[in-house]
Amino acid sequence: MIVALTLLLTCQLIGEALARLLALPVPGPVIGLVLLFLGLRWRPSAALDGAPLATVAGVLLAHLSLLFVPAGTGIVRHAGALLAYGSGLLTALVLSTALTLAVTAFVFVKVAALVGSRPDPTP
Amino acid sequence: MTAPDLTRVETLWVYLAADPLLWLTVTLAAYVVAERISARFGRHPLANPVLIAVALLAAILTATRTPFETYFQGAQFVHFLLGPATVALALPLHRHWPLVRKAVLPILAALLAGALTAVVSAVGVAAAFGIPQPMLAALAPKSVTAAIAMGISREIGGEPSLTATLVIATGILGAVMVTPLMVALRCTDWRARGFAAGLAAHGIGTARAFQVNPVAGAFAAIAMGLNGLVTAALVPLILRLF
Repeated sequence: MIVALTLLLTCQLIGEALARLLALPVPGPVIGLVLLFLGLRWRPSAALDGAPLATVAGVLLAHLSLLFVPAGTGIVRHAGALLAYGSGLLTALVLSTALTLAVTAFVFVKVAALVGSRPDPTP
Repeated sequence: MTAPDLTRVETLWVYLAADPLLWLTVTLAAYVVAERISARFGRHPLANPVLIAVALLAAILTATRTPFETYFQGAQFVHFLLGPATVALALPLHRHWPLVRKAVLPILAALLAGALTAVVSAVGVAAAFGIPQPMLAALAPKSVTAAIAMGISREIGGEPSLTATLVIATGILGAVMVTPLMVALRCTDWRARGFAAGLAAHGIGTARAFQVNPVAGAFAAIAMGLNGLVTAALVPLILRLF
């Protein structure tokens, strides 16, 4: 467990260091994700069910929602600004989010049908 | 008799309120309650655990007049785990890689269409309502994960902390809307549903996707990562039009 947690933090740390050194526009944890992914291509056994890394990742991802709660509570700081532009800002957020969801899913499904990419893993 | 007791309670409160332990515990407790409510309503999209927990905490902070900074002293321990959790997304990505490799074209097409729609529609609607330019700059990267969005906002003259708030609001809205919207559109492809959730609603959408289906979760994680890159390139170009 501790080894797995150390591995996750090490990937993040290298990611943060690379992001800063190379002035990349990508956050450190996302680079860490790519590094761990490449590591798993090299040693896939670490991702098997029951392996410590898979267990720790499973716990973290099962409660991903919890991890957004502190940042989400930060809304209280800007409640004033949000209310001041209330209807316009809220309309923009709601319409844009709905439209983005719909357009993304629609284009995905249409292009998948066009190139014969099927949703199930069997060929 | 009651007066000294009250002062004692007050002293205790003053001590506890400044201690990280209190707000860390309250954060976890609010999430436990939110999870119970969400489960009780059969994971109905409106009963989103992030939405409920944030509403509970906002009410508690307002009622106790606790500054956000004091609250965050305790909550930061939970917030910190976002980093390693993001790295951990490599596992579902690795597991579903064969499926991802076969969907490269749909992924790239949906990525471009979605990223463009997210920025243009948000800035367009807000501009139509007469919302001023600095606010538009803060709004433009709203679909992207907070760390990237704040960087984009800073670069184009927006207020990063306001962007963080708009990002979170978008995430919660997206997580709440995605299931009913996909059902209404009769979209049954978990890849497309997950990809849309991650693209439009970053990590909170990804959390929702994992709640529903593991394939959706993996595709949401990819969308979240890729959209960060594409939006960073797109936003400065698009904002010149408004």
